[in-house]
Amino acid sequence: MRKRSGTRAALASALALAMLATACSGAGEVGESADVDLDVAPGVTDDAVVIGSHQPLTGPAAPGYLAVSQGAAAVFEYVNAQGGVNGRQIDYRVEDDKYDPSETIDVTRQLVIEDEIFAMVGGLGTPTHSGVLDYLNEEGVPDIFPSSGALAWNNTEEHPLTYGWQTDYTKEAKIQGEYIAENFPGQDVGYLYQNDDIGVDSQAGLDQYLGDEVVARQHYESEVPDLSSQMAEMENSGAEVIVCSCIPAFVALAMLEAAGMGYEPQWVVSSIGGDTATLQALLSTFTEGTDAEDVPADAFLADTIITSYMPRVEDEDDDWAQFFLAVYDEYGDGGPPTNTHVFGMTQAVMFAQVLKSAGEDLTRQSLIDALETQEWQGPGYTPFASSDGDHGGHEGVYVVQYQSGGDIEMVQEARVTDREGGPIEEVDFERLSPEDLPFHD
Amino acid sequence: MTSPTTEREERSTSSGSGTVPPGLPRTSRWGSLPLPARHLLLAALGLAAVTGLLFATGDLTALRVAAVGYTMLAIAGLQLLVGGSGQVSLGHGAFMMIGAYTMALLVLHQPMLPLAANLLLIVAVSIAAGVVVGAATARLHGPYLAGATLILAVGLPGLAHRYHDVFGGSNGLNIRTAGAPPFLDGIISTSEWRALVVWTTVVIGLAALATISAGRLGRRMRAIRDDETAAAMAGIPVGKTKVVAFVIASTAGGLAGGLQAYVLGTVTPSSFTLVLSLTLLAALVLGGIGSLWGALWASIAIVYLEIWARDLARAMDLTRNAENNLPVVFFGIVLILVLRFWPLGVHGALQSLRARLRARNSNSS
Repeated sequence: MRKRSGTRAALASALALAMLATACSGAGEVGESADVDLDVAPGVTDDAVVIGSHQPLTGPAAPGYLAVSQGAAAVFEYVNAQGGVNGRQIDYRVEDDKYDPSETIDVTRQLVIEDEIFAMVGGLGTPTHSGVLDYLNEEGVPDIFPSSGALAWNNTEEHPLTYGWQTDYTKEAKIQGEYIAENFPGQDVGYLYQNDDIGVDSQAGLDQYLGDEVVARQHYESEVPDLSSQMAEMENSGAEVIVCSCIPAFVALAMLEAAGMGYEPQWVVSSIGGDTATLQALLSTFTEGTDAEDVPADAFLADTIITSYMPRVEDEDDDWAQFFLAVYDEYGDGGPPTNTHVFGMTQAVMFAQVLKSAGEDLTRQSLIDALETQEWQGPGYTPFASSDGDHGGHEGVYVVQYQSGGDIEMVQEARVTDREGGPIEEVDFERLSPEDLPFHD
Repeated sequence: MTSPTTEREERSTSSGSGTVPPGLPRTSRWGSLPLPARHLLLAALGLAAVTGLLFATGDLTALRVAAVGYTMLAIAGLQLLVGGSGQVSLGHGAFMMIGAYTMALLVLHQPMLPLAANLLLIVAVSIAAGVVVGAATARLHGPYLAGATLILAVGLPGLAHRYHDVFGGSNGLNIRTAGAPPFLDGIISTSEWRALVVWTTVVIGLAALATISAGRLGRRMRAIRDDETAAAMAGIPVGKTKVVAFVIASTAGGLAGGLQAYVLGTVTPSSFTLVLSLTLLAALVLGGIGSLWGALWASIAIVYLEIWARDLARAMDLTRNAENNLPVVFFGIVLILVLRFWPLGVHGALQSLRARLRARNSNSS
């Protein structure tokens, strides 16, 4: 029996030790954080500035989002080829987090501690970036333009150094809702949404304008690539308009599923899933080897209504679209340029612009000051909030309709709104052209 | 597969099994100490070594040292199950997930509860989960058990989606945990403090596992592993012992998951996929089945192989695509090579090296 009591003694002393080691205070208590020093410039030398980003370069999320950092890298290379910003070359370091939050934490620390980045630019993903939000703010690292539309980024009290980028999901959904109520009056509406904050935030906006018309609310999990039951429910409910708050893969799946059933609703797609270049590629991949193999992707996409706040690659009349195509042609990674590339390219231009106006004496404080005091004029289509306690980024969206043949038609100019119950307003917003916008030497 | 068995038997007959580090003098006083005390002393030594390492390195290493710690605890639990009782579980990551979500929910809803209380509650929850799953699968063995636990690994993350309001769906839960206590301000950073908390828990857990493994329960498990029928005929309660082994393993896994949540401050279903369970098992084989040292090499491999591969790819100036995918390939190649040349894993390789050195020493003297 000696062994037995020994085991017990071991366990008892183990417990006592564990209690001792950690009994100091509550586990969830947050210590007071001292004010961070922003008058510093790590990663900045006379001829270079190091910035970092966490992106899914491998893993399940990579096919959709790899293009973001490729686009940004192309613009930074272009900027460097023009002589950089205020004489400094931009050293853009992208770390692969596989869209896994625990990896994000590791690579972010590596960027901050080892690479000593000046700022985090465009860290991608809601679950991933949520994990490093506190860390970046505590360490005093400016957290510029995280690539996600979650409301959490716009919280100046808790995260004063985080500046949002995307039009948040609620604002976008309000404008979608109003557009549908005005242009498809009396028609039955179905919601299809991703089952996370995208779904919650989108419905909060849509419901303000589409109360009684809603006949179906269906969600999907981003891990389960099957929408058959959801689309069957949609058809049964008789929805004539489907608002898809979905990422591109699920927009494509939903369209295929509906086409397979002979169901032809009016599609309204959010900016996160409305990249038609990506959708076309997805649709032709998904139809490979099926009966629909010969159906051109255009047939699925025709008449789709898309909301957006950025220039679009399809829009050949737009100065910025032309500029991005030219830059991508020269500095890109090959492959057809998509609106997801443009997403990263727009971010890069905006960051370079902030850097430019921060001036020669670059510190984190001067970068923040530049962000807070400017009225931004492009390349995005809407006003951009980065001051006055509002770090919400793009403030609204415009509406386009996809025409077969690849053209898009602007059906409603940019409008802005808030995330609460405020009105939707038209804006008088002038963008500067690539030649006039100061974002490189 | 006869050699691992005989090898293990050799070690199980020697006192203290695999946890006695090489070169430690086995004086009569050391030998006369009861086994648990010996393991706790070794645990204290291990903790001191980790503390030294933390002070010698920086903040970034602290996070990785902590990661090695909780991964090691999880693998050590799996070690006891696979190497000890011969049951193969593909659902170990699911227990880590249970522990991690328990920690996150406790911090969110009971923020004033001390960390030690949280860890104890996690142990309780993991034991309960282990009993449920273990009892349900006690009559299964080999591939059947693997299949049943596979369902757990695949299905459990789905719960986080199903009960979106409680578990936060695919965005998971974010928590803020307390940092270093005020009186240590300026001496150790928050990351170092977390690493120390992790390792304190881990070494205690390892001491408990080593004690169990060396005791009667461990002997019973090995008997069942080698021949279930013979064990039953020798009067060993086969079903009960298997359930107990499963519960111990799931407790270690749960505790490891809880520590991970504590260190990272975020839990999402995507961190606990089937891939995690398979990686734990593969790393265990790489490190060496049958000894707790194997769990150490395995956890170092999980945390560091990828970082080394990434640095290697950068140093070789590979293309972006190759650089992104090299870490996974690297892990696979290392696993294959190690198993080809040292079927007993890294630990087996080190042991045979030690044996060779000893033989040479005795020859030359």
